[in-house]
Amino acid sequence: MPPWLSLMLESLPSLLWACLLFTIPLTLLSFALGLGVGFVAALVRLFAPAPLALIVHFYVWVFRGTPLLVQLFLIFYGLPSVGIVLDAFPAAVIGFTLNVGAYSSEIIRAVLSSVPKGQWEAAYSIGMTWSQAMRRTILPQAGRIAVPPLSNTFISLVKDTSLAAAITVPELFRAGQRIVATTYEPLILYVEVALIYLVVSSVLSGLQGRLEKRLSRYGGYLEAAS
Amino acid sequence: MIALEEIDKSFDDLHVLKGTSLTVREGGVTALIGPSGSGKSTLLRCVNLLEIPQSGRVRIDDAMIAFTPGGKVDRKAVLALRRKTGMVFQNFQLFPHLTALENVMEGLLTVLRWDRGRARQRAEDLLEKVGMSEKADAWPSSLSGGQQQRVAIARALAPSPKVLLCDEPTSALDPELAVEVVEVLAQLAREGTTMLMATHDLRLAASIASEVVFLDGGVVVESGPATQLFGAPQRNRTKQFVSTLTAQERPPA
Repeated sequence: MPPWLSLMLESLPSLLWACLLFTIPLTLLSFALGLGVGFVAALVRLFAPAPLALIVHFYVWVFRGTPLLVQLFLIFYGLPSVGIVLDAFPAAVIGFTLNVGAYSSEIIRAVLSSVPKGQWEAAYSIGMTWSQAMRRTILPQAGRIAVPPLSNTFISLVKDTSLAAAITVPELFRAGQRIVATTYEPLILYVEVALIYLVVSSVLSGLQGRLEKRLSRYGGYLEAAS
Repeated sequence: MIALEEIDKSFDDLHVLKGTSLTVREGGVTALIGPSGSGKSTLLRCVNLLEIPQSGRVRIDDAMIAFTPGGKVDRKAVLALRRKTGMVFQNFQLFPHLTALENVMEGLLTVLRWDRGRARQRAEDLLEKVGMSEKADAWPSSLSGGQQQRVAIARALAPSPKVLLCDEPTSALDPELAVEVVEVLAQLAREGTTMLMATHDLRLAASIASEVVFLDGGVVVESGPATQLFGAPQRNRTKQFVSTLTAQERPPA
């Protein structure tokens, strides 16, 4: 067995462990919470009175307009100066959640408003309340359109969690860095780390395709007759 | 009793309805006719409050809401009134993510909270009534316009509304497909379904309406039994408008 391969095999368990214990939970947790934040932010921007919508607009503007790495540093290294001390993992979850929230709110806002106004009226005409119409009529249709763009956000997030290494979260990339520090084999180890990210994103892309297919079973949008 | 009283409705600077009143006779079909922009669709949409008038009163049986300019709108009252109505739209507006059968069941399940079996039975009966039983499991996107509109009629009838509101029900259909929808509406009319229908299709109005209201510029110009309004209109404006119907009927020279 060539030495590069045995090094890869030897380091694989600790890399996978870091992936399983930190990268994946960090991704899932931040994405789920981020979607929640994004949904609420989208609703506020679409339906709430102007001052509230303006606050949310400001939040989206800040988090989309600044680097994720800077956001993480501010939360983990900056906040202690005002008395807020967070562990690395929760700090990362907060950072990624707010970031995903900002991006996904724009996606959710767009897909919600892409459902024709006539669908709201049809729901109201059979007696639904606003929340029934939202839940039963608008969300199922918006959800379908949202799958491709939200999947992009999700797959980007998997890769972006490597930034958490910079605030000491022992996730996949940081585990790789540690092994490099003792073996002095950056090429082999970083190729291996890259391959693991590649496998994870490919699996997710595959799941996205299956989800899209499942959701598209009812055929195209009804053409709005003139 | 279904009545609109002194309805005023503006969109920004556009004053669409100017103190318009209307009574719908129960068990009959009332057609709202008039040129484009006369306010007939808006008036129709004031009955189920998809449009909230600035002022006036909307009454269905014992439920009445009075609107005043700048006054607060009681959402619960709006919902209660709206649930006494069903509506058919020009563009059908079926729910594309539900099958034909599920479209008809939706209001029964979500709004009336019927159990699935009972809702399914009612929906199947209604689809049979509109001749769509065979397409119960089809997605709306696979149906023709006429078929979609027939499912939409079944959906609107599902909760047994006091009045069926039809907003240009045949206008998005080519004449051949319009016929099947007209047949269904005529059948409902014969059964005594109370209907209020906004249409610029005078043939549709003449064939199934018992009462006709002619609207122009947001005011009622003339109203009365269909035979009188089409046969012997009193007002010049009505004569002029109705003459387009006779012009249509005259065979080409």
